[in-house]
Order: sequence, then structure tokens, then C-alpha cells
Amino acid sequence: MSGLKAKHQRLVLIVIALVVLISAGLLAAWSLRNQASYFYLPDQLLENPPETGQPVRLGGMVAAGSLQTLPDGVTISFAVTDQKEARVPVRYSGILPDLFVEGSGVVAEGSLSADGTFIATNLLAKHDENYVPRELQEMSEHQAAKMAEETTVGLK
Amino acid sequence: MIAELGLAALWLAAALAAMQLIGGATAQHNEESDLALLVRPVAILQGLLALFAFAMLMWLFAVTDLSVKLVAENSHSLKPLIFKLSGAWGNHEGSMLLWVTVMSCAGALIAAIEHRLPEKTMRATLAAQGFVALGFYAFLLFSSNPFERLPQPVPEGLGLNPLLQDIGLAFHPPTLYFGYVGLSVAFSFAVGAMITRQVTPEFARVMRPWVLGAWVFLTLGITAGSYWAYYELGWGGWWFWDPVENASLMPWLAATALLHSASVLAARDALRAWTIMLGVVAFSMSMVGTFLVRSGILTSVHAFAVDPERGSFILALLAIYIGGALLLFALRASSVAEGQRFALTSREGALVFNNVMLSATLGIVLLGTLYPLVTEAFDVRVSVGPPYFNPVGAIFVLPMLMVMAVGPLLRWRWDRFERVRLPIAILVALVVTTAVVIALTSDIGVLPLLGLSLAGVLAIASFLPLRGRKLWRTPIATWGMVIAHFGIAVALFGMASESAFTSERLAAVNPGDTEHVAGWDVTLQGIEPVAGPNWTALEATLVAQRGSGDVVTLHPQSRNFWAPPQQTTESALLTRWDGQLYAVIGGQAQDGRWQLRLWWKPFVTLIWYGGLLIALGGVLAIIGRLASDLKRRHIRAQAQQRRADRAGRAVGEAA
Repeated sequence: MSGLKAKHQRLVLIVIALVVLISAGLLAAWSLRNQASYFYLPDQLLENPPETGQPVRLGGMVAAGSLQTLPDGVTISFAVTDQKEARVPVRYSGILPDLFVEGSGVVAEGSLSADGTFIATNLLAKHDENYVPRELQEMSEHQAAKMAEETTVGLK
Repeated sequence: MIAELGLAALWLAAALAAMQLIGGATAQHNEESDLALLVRPVAILQGLLALFAFAMLMWLFAVTDLSVKLVAENSHSLKPLIFKLSGAWGNHEGSMLLWVTVMSCAGALIAAIEHRLPEKTMRATLAAQGFVALGFYAFLLFSSNPFERLPQPVPEGLGLNPLLQDIGLAFHPPTLYFGYVGLSVAFSFAVGAMITRQVTPEFARVMRPWVLGAWVFLTLGITAGSYWAYYELGWGGWWFWDPVENASLMPWLAATALLHSASVLAARDALRAWTIMLGVVAFSMSMVGTFLVRSGILTSVHAFAVDPERGSFILALLAIYIGGALLLFALRASSVAEGQRFALTSREGALVFNNVMLSATLGIVLLGTLYPLVTEAFDVRVSVGPPYFNPVGAIFVLPMLMVMAVGPLLRWRWDRFERVRLPIAILVALVVTTAVVIALTSDIGVLPLLGLSLAGVLAIASFLPLRGRKLWRTPIATWGMVIAHFGIAVALFGMASESAFTSERLAAVNPGDTEHVAGWDVTLQGIEPVAGPNWTALEATLVAQRGSGDVVTLHPQSRNFWAPPQQTTESALLTRWDGQLYAVIGGQAQDGRWQLRLWWKPFVTLIWYGGLLIALGGVLAIIGRLASDLKRRHIRAQAQQRRADRAGRAVGEAA
């Protein structure tokens, strides 16, 4: 490349950089479509279930009276509802997040298993008085104002 | 009174920033105007005033003045003093004041000591610095006034989020802000150089310590933040690809690229336009980071409060600064003359490769972070996590690391491939052998496998630039590079080892039961209530033993804070040379058993030691550069002195 004129070298560098950056962008766009995990509300999950094993997020309320600890002592099962009819059974092994109780809002990360139970790998609950999973916030606006009141106590 | 003093200082500083901008702008037409001559003193005064305002805020927090809204909302009279003080910047308004304070002080510093660039360029730089600061002053004064009074003082403050009541918080955000602000100085230098068409090696040399400094702080901030998330959240992970983590990673990637291209510009007078562009991009990433964190627009555990008005304010600032800088770049890029040429096989070539790959990685992270925002506009909610970031990022990071092993061995400008063929062949052979051996002996994923085999080779390769040199005569800056590259290898090894070989055990146990994880026997002895200054907790006593080694006691807690009421899990860590035992205690099941989660994470600590080494490398590079700058200045002064003497003698003889 040392034989090239200065102007040409700059051009070559620009072209190489552009090619790499554009291919990075395309690669990102393509894999984002495949790898992003979509957010479901309970009724959406029931109506239009994602493929088994595909990572998704499920957001809703922990149904009152549904929280159970299984005999192994570390697996819990509960139902996530939208406070209407839709109920999705969820199973989770692990230490419950702080502030996780019946009636509170939760976002469960995981995937749907073949028998229709949602296997959560991670639970996101309210972290502190200033933080609510954003999905729950939005839901409260056009879905259940009451739910929001319960889950966002202390929020301005 | 204290609050009003702080507010007055802030207004005054804002006025001075405006003056700095106007003075710097008029200096471009009339270098000797009164305003132009005032630019430097004004910049220094502005820095002092901002520092004063910040000191006033610290004071308010120290004495817990509950008539000030910010104190009432974020502090509590019973908090330990250190957390009262760190509470001053553990909230939105205070942290923005800290940002602008650090920025003005940086501006004051360059105004006071930097004399290497042409005065016109310096004034343009300070004008840019004033312009950026002015936007942040406006933001503070109009939408997030930290000194706002309450109509009625409250009897007691609301307290600080317990997750944030940690010594890590006292240092984590300021460290990141120093990094962001260092990049704002680099940005101002880039704008100054563009306006006055002075994109020279000298400009790169002046800018470089700031970029290096910003990079060191960002490295430390990211390392500390990662460790904080690791032990405080109790999830056992050290990086979550959380938007706020990405917000600190993106400026780091840009700063890494910038410091390498600035080195090319300083040493070889090549990559002029590219360095300027990176200077703009790096600061844009700091602004994007601030925007993401402060606007609460993305779901994050770090987002303080969701406030659309503040979000749009920062977005507007971002648009003005970055749009303006890019426009300036478009207008001036063609007039930035082409720098020196170089061959493909040369150190410049390797550094260009590194720059392009870093930029691609930056693009990957940026797109992944913003993608949820884009889909939200179409009413589709998604979250993007490790399944995207890890493999896609690795496509660009791994080739870059391979070139990193070889690049420092190449000569500037032009090199024969044959000269470095032997080391390259040995390194490649080593990578392949390790990869095959690991793949045959254990069953781990592709990425950890590549990471482990690359890490070992990188560690060796990072010391190759010292080959054939006299170690005590090697420049300090070269040592800095060697150590930083070695740090990358160390951190990479920790990451790969953690993700490949972590063992986990989750069980419900009665007191007296023993659980096993990766050769450790862990017994739950009992659970007792304990109390701290502003919390109560259930504390487990765990006894851990590996084989027939020493018996160690661990105390994980489940803590309840009462102001504000909140529960947190405090993990307990046991560090050994070859890894960490990580224990978390959960709730009690109906049958009386306690949930216990244990991890054994081999070599996980190397991740953060690697980060520290990288930062140390950066510090050495700064010291090395500053030392050689001082030496050069000294030599120049001596030469001048000699010339003056000779002239004096000549005059004397003539007389």
C-alpha cells in the first residue's frame, strides 16, 4: 500500500473502515432479531405462545394464594396473572429477589416448557422505591391502575 | 444560607462559562481583544466557583440540613458520616453537580498549565469547554437544582437506597464521572484543533494525558462497578449487559480506540481526521451514557428516577454538542491534510485494525443497548442480553486480541512480515495446542474455550515487546503498554474461567446440614439476628472446609433496612488463590429449612485484578509521557538559555 498516493491510502482506509462497520451493523441487526428476548403479558403468552425453549420475558402480578415452595425447598411455583383471566404457571429455582411477595409485580426471564409451565431463570422484582421494571410501569397505564398502586407504593 | 451561597456560586460560574465561550470565540477574529485575554483567568475562576458550589452541597449533606429538598429526600440523620457525604452525589442532582464541577476544574487546569499549543487553539479549546459546561449549568439550574429549599423543613430525611449504602458507591460514580469528563476535555481539544486547523502531533501529545487519564478512570470505574454488582446484588454474576453497564463500557471502548490513534498521531503524524472523529465519538458516548442513566429511559437497576423532562434536556444537549461537532467535522475534514503514509504491515496498520475492531464492537454494544428503545416505538417490548452481546461482540473482539498480541512487535511505517513470522508462528501454535488440549480434557463452550487459550498466549505475547531491550532503560510508557496488555490477558482468563468452570449448589438446609460444591464442604451452623446502625439482619454462620484444609467461617446476611424500608441479601465471599467461594442465604421455607446458594468460581478474582493492571498500565503511560514532556521542556529551556547566554556574550564582546 506504500506505493499508493496519499489520497488513495486515505480512501482505502475509509472504505475498509466503512465495510467493517457496516457489516458489524448488519450482523447486529440480524442477530438482534434472533436473540432479543420479547416481553409478554400473561394473556399474550397464552394466546400466542413463543417456541418452547426460546428466551422471553413474562411480566405480570404474582397471583394471590398461588405461591408454593416445592418439597426440595428451593424451587417455588406461582402463577403470573394480568388480574383478569389469564394465568401462567411459573417455576423458579433459586433465592427469591428481595421484595418478592404475592400480589407484587414481577418480570420473569426464562422460557416456556413443553407442558406450558414457564421456567424462570431469573426474577426481577421491584428493587427499591424508585425502581419498577419498566414493563410493569407501562402496563399500569393502560391496564390496571390498581395493580400499579399496589406495586409502586412510595413512587412519586 | 449555605444552600444560597452554593446556588449563587453556580449562577456565577454559569455566567463565567458564557464569558469563556464568547471570549474564546472573539479570539478567533481578534487575538488581542480584552475578552480574548480574559479566557484563561475566567476558566480558572469558573472552576473554583463550581468547586465551591460542590463543597457547599457536601456541607449541607454533612450537617444533614433537612430544609434542603435534596438532603431531605436522600439523607438521614442516623447515617454514618461517610454515607452522608457520598449521598451528596448518590442522587440525580448531586451527581450532575459533581459532573459539572469536575469538568470546570479540568478546564481550569488546562487554562492554568497548558502552554504547548498555539494560543488561538487553546482559546478555541477553552471556548468549547465553556460551551459544554454552559449546557450542563443550564441543565442544573433550570431542571435539577440541587440547592432547592423545602417550604417547610422536614423532621427527618427519607434515607439513601440501602443498595447504594456501600463504600463502593462512595467511589464508583465519581470515578466514572472523572472518566466522562476527561473525554470532554479531549472533545474540546478536538474541536479547538478543528476550528483553528491545527491537527498536529503536538495536539495529540497535549490531548493524550487527558485521554489516558479518562481511560484509567473509566477502567477503574467499570472494574469497581462490576465488583460491586458481583457482591452486592447477590446474583453471582459480574456483568449483566445492563444498559448502565453498557453506558460505561461504550466510552471505554471509544477511549481505548482514541488513545491508540492519538499515539499514532503523536508519534507518526498519521490518522489525523480519524483521531478527531474518535475524540468526538468518545465524548458522544459519555453523553449517551449520561442520557441513558439519567433519563431512566431504559430498564435498569441503576436508573434513579424516571423523568422525561430531564431526559429530553440531556437529549437536546447531546444533539447540540454532537450534531455541532459532526457538522464542524464535515466542514473541516477535507481541509485536514493527509498525514504520513504507512504500509499495511506496520504498527500503524495493526493499530488501525485495532481501532476499526474497537469501533465495530462499540457499534455492536450501542445497537444492542438502543434496540429496545427502537422496538418500543413500534410497541414491541424486547430485552437484549448475553445471547446477543457475547457471541456478536466476540466476533470482533477476538481478532482484535490476536492482533494485539502481534501489533507491538511491528515497526512503525513499514515492516517485513518475515521479521515477525517466527513469534507469530509460535503464538498461533500455542493457541491451537491449548485450545485442543482444553477441548479434549473438558466440556466447555466455544467462547470460554477461545478465551482461555487466547488468554495464556496473550499473557506471554504482552511481554514480547521487552525482548532485546535493557529493562531498566525501557521507557515507562512502554512498560505501561506491556502491563495494560498483560492486564487484558489476565482479565480475559478470569472471565473465561468463571464462565467455563463455575459450580453452583442450591439447596434448602437445616442447621447442621452440610452441602458440597466443587470440593468444598459447607455446613450451616446456625442463623442469628444481628443489628447494624440502620439495619437488622438474619445472619447465617457457615463453616467451609476444602479437603483437609483450614476451617473458615462465612457470614452471609439477609438484611432489612428501615430507612427506607428494604431488604437486601449480603453475600459472603471466601477468596483463595484459585477462586472464590460465594455464599448467599435466602428465605426460610414453611418447613423451617433455609435456602442456601453456593458458588465456587475458579479464578474469578482475576477479572478485577486484570482491570486494575490495565489501569496501572494507563497510569504508567501517563507518568512516562509527562516525564518525557517535562524532559523535553527542560532541554528546550536549556537550549534557549544557552542561546541567550551566547547572544549576551556576543553583545558583551561587541561592546
